[in-house]
Amino acid sequence: MITVLFVAFAAILVVSSLLVILHRNPLTSALFLVLAFCSLAAIYLLLHAEFIGLVQVVVYAGAIMVLFLFVIMYLNLGHDVEGGVTLVLRRGLGWLLGAVLVAEGALLLAGRLAPGPATPAALTGAAAGPGNTQQVGLLLYSRYLFPFEITSIILLVAMIGVIVIARGLREPAPAEAPAASAPVVAAAPEESPGEDA
Amino acid sequence: MIPLSWLLLLSAVLFCIGVVGVLVRRNAIVIFMSIELMLNASNLAFVAFARHLNSLDGQVFVFFVMTVAAAEVAVGLAIIVNLFRLRETVFVDEINLLKG
Repeated sequence: MITVLFVAFAAILVVSSLLVILHRNPLTSALFLVLAFCSLAAIYLLLHAEFIGLVQVVVYAGAIMVLFLFVIMYLNLGHDVEGGVTLVLRRGLGWLLGAVLVAEGALLLAGRLAPGPATPAALTGAAAGPGNTQQVGLLLYSRYLFPFEITSIILLVAMIGVIVIARGLREPAPAEAPAASAPVVAAAPEESPGEDA
Repeated sequence: MIPLSWLLLLSAVLFCIGVVGVLVRRNAIVIFMSIELMLNASNLAFVAFARHLNSLDGQVFVFFVMTVAAAEVAVGLAIIVNLFRLRETVFVDEINLLKG
């Protein structure tokens, strides 16, 4: 039963992620990416990683994809279809390199496709103890406390960086006042439009 | 019980799809989505090995990878929005600010 579910969700995952990279419309690609993330969350649930599966839905399919869709709609890219002169060459080269990567992986796998050591059917510690979320939380706040705090710093740095980057080029407005008061200096007004170009 | 090799195979296929997407597409946002696919492939490998080794450390690492991915997406999309304001395009062929 679990195997059947896994195969079904894996098929949905592969097909939808192929459609992400093959569909011409970026809006449709984003929606197929949501489907891919949801089926990956289902696979996590099948692997008894309940916490990660729910975080996958909330963070990836919720927050990150909303950000993607917001940017696509904000920039009005819904009907922006790719095209161009060098497209054929670039696309051919891309498919060739991708095929080389796949062939490399297949070659590596060809010799050792044996099932390998089987995963222990009955989980001794994990299934017997408290729930998955509680175990992950205990691990996160004991052994991985320091990396956990580092991630909060990463999020803070990213937040500050995004605000600084997305604020745009609004600095010429206050910089214009001293430039207007001293029109003799020719280099100072030269520099602030130089950033816009 | 799902064999480990199936999960790793699925993870490798997902990663290859992401690589092909980065190589083939020109739209910067779709390239970002392909990078997300690659990150998810690595997450799947982490969870598969955590399940196989009967340990939770892999799931904790998936948590960290998700945090970094969220930060990366936010910064990257801000850069794309800024680039669009500057050049009116998101196609990476036409973005050549660093070309001499």
